[in-house]
Amino acid sequence: MPPGQQPILELQGITKSFGGVEALRGVDFALSPGEIHGLVGENGAGKSTLMKIIAGVHTEFSGRFLIDGQETHFRSARDAHAAGIAMVHQELSVAPDLTVAENVFLGNQPTNRLGLVQWRRMAREAGEQLARFGIDVDPMQRLGDLPIGLQQLIEIARVLFSGARIVILDEPTSALSPPEVERLFATLRRLREQGTAIVFISHFIEDILRVSDIVTVFRNGRKVAETASTATSKGALIEAMIGRGGEVLEHSYNDELMLPRPSDSSVVLKVDQLSLARSLKDVSFEARAGEVLGIYGFMGCGQQELSRILFGKLKPDGGTLAVDGRARTFASTAAARRAGVALVPESRRAMLFHQEPVYKNISISILGRISALLLKPAQERDIAKRQVEQLQIRPPVVGLDLGMLSGGNQQKVALAKWLTYPPKLLVLCEPTRGMDVGAKNDVINIVRDLRAKGLAIIVLSTEPETVLSLADRILVLKRGALVREFANEPVSKDRLLEAA
Amino acid sequence: MASSETALAAGQRARGLAPFLRSQMRNIAPFLTLIFLSAFFAFASPSFATLDNLGNILTQVSVTGIIAVGLTFVILCAEIDLSIASIANVTGIAVAYFTLQESYVNIPNIPLPGAAAILLAILLCAALGFVNALGLTVIGIPSFIMTLAMMQIAAGISALLVRGQIAYKVPGVITTLGSGSVSGIPWIVIVAAIMLLGGHLVLTYTRFGRYVYMVGGNREAAEYSGLNVKLILGVVMVISAVCSGIGGMLGVAHFGSAQQNEFDTYLLDSIAAVVVGGTSLFGGRGGIGNTIVGLFVLGVLNNGLDHVNIDSFLKILIRGLILLAALVINVYAQRLREKAVE
Repeated sequence: MPPGQQPILELQGITKSFGGVEALRGVDFALSPGEIHGLVGENGAGKSTLMKIIAGVHTEFSGRFLIDGQETHFRSARDAHAAGIAMVHQELSVAPDLTVAENVFLGNQPTNRLGLVQWRRMAREAGEQLARFGIDVDPMQRLGDLPIGLQQLIEIARVLFSGARIVILDEPTSALSPPEVERLFATLRRLREQGTAIVFISHFIEDILRVSDIVTVFRNGRKVAETASTATSKGALIEAMIGRGGEVLEHSYNDELMLPRPSDSSVVLKVDQLSLARSLKDVSFEARAGEVLGIYGFMGCGQQELSRILFGKLKPDGGTLAVDGRARTFASTAAARRAGVALVPESRRAMLFHQEPVYKNISISILGRISALLLKPAQERDIAKRQVEQLQIRPPVVGLDLGMLSGGNQQKVALAKWLTYPPKLLVLCEPTRGMDVGAKNDVINIVRDLRAKGLAIIVLSTEPETVLSLADRILVLKRGALVREFANEPVSKDRLLEAA
Repeated sequence: MASSETALAAGQRARGLAPFLRSQMRNIAPFLTLIFLSAFFAFASPSFATLDNLGNILTQVSVTGIIAVGLTFVILCAEIDLSIASIANVTGIAVAYFTLQESYVNIPNIPLPGAAAILLAILLCAALGFVNALGLTVIGIPSFIMTLAMMQIAAGISALLVRGQIAYKVPGVITTLGSGSVSGIPWIVIVAAIMLLGGHLVLTYTRFGRYVYMVGGNREAAEYSGLNVKLILGVVMVISAVCSGIGGMLGVAHFGSAQQNEFDTYLLDSIAAVVVGGTSLFGGRGGIGNTIVGLFVLGVLNNGLDHVNIDSFLKILIRGLILLAALVINVYAQRLREKAVE
């Protein structure tokens, strides 16, 4: 902070807990006018919680909250808005069916004395604003017809030009192409000259270092470092984020881990030059029998799209995939399953039937094998019971509605469903997300068993720990392209982060 | 459903009777409505609670029942079919169109042997159902809109076939099944009972039936389980159309005539029967058992109101209010159940 200047926003000793778990512990944070403040930290480190407090989303917390030196307490996001604070959330929140101009002026369209919208004025001003941002689109075009990256830029533009004094950007660059990122940065710098205070959250540490003046690092709900961005480096920030030498968490994977020599068993999946709109660019790789292939990348790097293509839910724009040497274009998920591919998506809600008993959830994938026409409930229950025992699903009652199981046990049911009918290729998205240590270990052991049985397994995750704990070989996906392969070499969390 | 019901019961009883009853609200409420309505009319009118009148009620709900079998499949998948009444109508008209009419019927029709007429009529309704299926699954038109269009298309075909005239004759088998009876029991009641039973067996004991519940319960999960969701939805639309067609043919024989707009009231009655019975509009919950209870609620209501001395214009309003109450219970039961599970 430049000396002698009063911070526009100052937080002192902020503590916030969710149901007994402390998300923030005694955090101090200050923001000056004309400053771009970068924020880094792992998922769950507390960055987003702090920003939601500033934006009036979380209103219950302890600590002092000052704006222009005045103690304030927001009761809602509206209060924060009135105080000149605006936030762009990570998920796109636009109205795709309205025009570009309507989106730019959402909530405060210019009206005449009769209260009618002044369309021409709105279109002209929206066009001017976007042009300053380097966006050249017809303001009367339907927003949803534009590419996602452009939609995101327009949403950011709306917030940046809303006249807010404090602007918070949460992961604004994940869906943007390099030239779009440049435009965004140019605009941020211009706003900085006009005295706007900007908070910039990103996983892309290069971006943070390039655009921000000050970087703050969060770890486990604490602020662990605050430094001028000219005085630090990517390596130093990663170290601060994951806490080398500091508090050592179990399986923190800070130390190097030796990956085995790549297996030379048969190739189960061969992906060649796969591409999908803005999500994937020329992705090529192979997955082998008896091997766990980890694919690591940040949120929005294209993992989700890749997994959906492998399971026939999305159709690629280009490229080929072959299973067991046979080229395939899956017309449906049913076709992918017949070819021996199975997918466990990141959301359990998307793959399980919460209002149906456990055994029906498990048997659904094998019904076609055990019954031609008539169901065989006794056999279904037997199969389910075997799986429940093997995977130690609790409580071990196959007649219980799935919704009554804990998240970890539900995840085991999701796996059990495919184990009754072992696929050749098992694609797991975020297989251990949100689980306690015990359930996590169970899942890890199940995956290792399956590997031993000769399945080809692909684990996609945005958590480095998940990939490191499971994979024999690791690919790093960055903005839709494979940028690094780790095989037969030492790897660690900071090397993964470095590559991504 | 028996096995899953007991499993479910076992699961929920462990946590007390109240949550169990709450989760079963969907099945209990329509039953209570039926008992309440029957008791009320039995008390209000001496002519209501007689064996003869029970026969009347059964006959009155038969055509609705036949149509509702297919509709139950559709609603279990969280879709809707608004073309059922029109398809019933056009199938009834088609079977008459292919039958030799009396000389005073002025329709330029094509007389064929009875079996051929029936076969062509069934093919027609199956084809219309197939078009519904294509629109819904291949093109991706929401079923509400797709079947709304089909409603018009089927009505249009009906209009072209009869050209404002009325046909009377249908093949002998259809006449017998629609208006004949065996040892005092109308054939149409027997057909309705067999079709309802068949629908129940398919939904409960076959793999296809299980898939219907799974697709309705969580379509995304069904797709992620590798089910061919589009195929299942398509088959369900064809089943619905064929059931409607059978209902239409027997209906024509039952009424003794085939003409335009003859089945218009059956659209709302069939939807009402399925939903009042407690099958969830959100899919995945309910079944033919529920539909049967719903049919009786509707039948008792329509029949009972004729036995008591009420302004006939008021009857329409009362029917509407009772249907509204049933819908409120339907949505509310869904919410209670979701709470019980989560």
